[in-house]
Amino acid sequence: MSPAPISEDDLHAWADGRLEAARRAEVEAWLAGHPQEAAALAAWRQQNARLHAAFDPVLAEAIPARLRATVAGKRWRPLRAAAAVGWLALGAVLGAMWSDLGGSRHAGTHTQTADALLELPRRAAIAHAVYTPEQRHPVEVGADNEQHLVAWLSKRLGTPLRVPDLGALGYHLMGGRLLAAEAGPGAQFMYDNAAGERLTLYVSAARSSDGAAASLPSFRFAEEDGISVFYWAENGFAYALSARQPRAALLPVADAVYRQLAP
Amino acid sequence: MPSTDALLAEIPRLRRYARALTGDATRADDLVQDTLERALNKWRLWRPGNLRNWLLTTMHHVFINQLATEHRLQYRDAAELPDIPVAPAQGDGLALRDLGRALQALPADQREILLLVGLEDLSYEETARIVGIPPGTVMSRLSRARGRLRGLLAEGETLPAHLKIVK
Repeated sequence: MSPAPISEDDLHAWADGRLEAARRAEVEAWLAGHPQEAAALAAWRQQNARLHAAFDPVLAEAIPARLRATVAGKRWRPLRAAAAVGWLALGAVLGAMWSDLGGSRHAGTHTQTADALLELPRRAAIAHAVYTPEQRHPVEVGADNEQHLVAWLSKRLGTPLRVPDLGALGYHLMGGRLLAAEAGPGAQFMYDNAAGERLTLYVSAARSSDGAAASLPSFRFAEEDGISVFYWAENGFAYALSARQPRAALLPVADAVYRQLAP
Repeated sequence: MPSTDALLAEIPRLRRYARALTGDATRADDLVQDTLERALNKWRLWRPGNLRNWLLTTMHHVFINQLATEHRLQYRDAAELPDIPVAPAQGDGLALRDLGRALQALPADQREILLLVGLEDLSYEETARIVGIPPGTVMSRLSRARGRLRGLLAEGETLPAHLKIVK
């Protein structure tokens, strides 16, 4: 019996090493009389080899922290906040804030403040979305002029501002800008890391609905169009930390910012 | 739900495939991250079995969704465009860039098939399931992709260096 005709599928299967020995021999016998096809097959095999040569080194790269965090984050996503705190092993301060998320002890005052802060994460996320893609003018005043930046924004906001140092987390201050916030001036500080990922800290004055200085010493979390925002308020100022990162990746940064800004 | 270790073990393979698919390290990791998040959100749909192929299927969906979005929004900030042409580097980097450029010059649906078969070493049947097309379509896309890539790479080799232009 003569062999079945050689199809193009056979040729691909030959190039990919997916033919059984008998069929492979038939294809190879056929190729001997078809130099053009043989050249194409050699080229296809070489393509596979070049793909491996070019991209196999990726396999040896360390897994980026943000991908690890995404996978690790799966554990606490469906759980209550209390369990999340245990997993994250954060300090007692943060633990108290998280359990407060459950909304028990200070429900009264914090609800009023929370209402006043309803717009905060959205404003912060919009400011983040508007300014972080900027290549040439991401900030008004650069970090090389940090003293001037802080003095200027402190004056406009009417309070001595502090700029958190996030170097330990790999983020460095790029600079800041003045913004129009809900009830007057606001400030945005921008940071980036070696991978070029940017995060912003938004600061503005905040009054609760009864006019008192807003206080919301627990993290709230919101997501606006793919931007994660942790926000809180203290001593009449509202803070929002925004980044295009999953919640679990941003939480340690929010924790560091909170601790540095705490009086 | 797949274990954390099982998921972590798949990340290098996902990153390799995504790097070749997108041609950019940051976009590739974004794609992997979006894939993991989507997979974790939909883990109830996962049936114990081939975790890698399930993740690759998820990545396929995320990838084509992103393509659809990009095509709607062709906006690109003028500030991102380089002012000055960048002088080509020499050596291995050039070869990798030529291959990377040639891959990006392929239509996305052909690129996926070529990479799943040629880089991920999946069978034609697995590839068909991941991309959700009949096996016959896998073969025809593979054929077009290989023919086109061969042409693109040959073109890159015969042109003098100063005429190598990205299309």
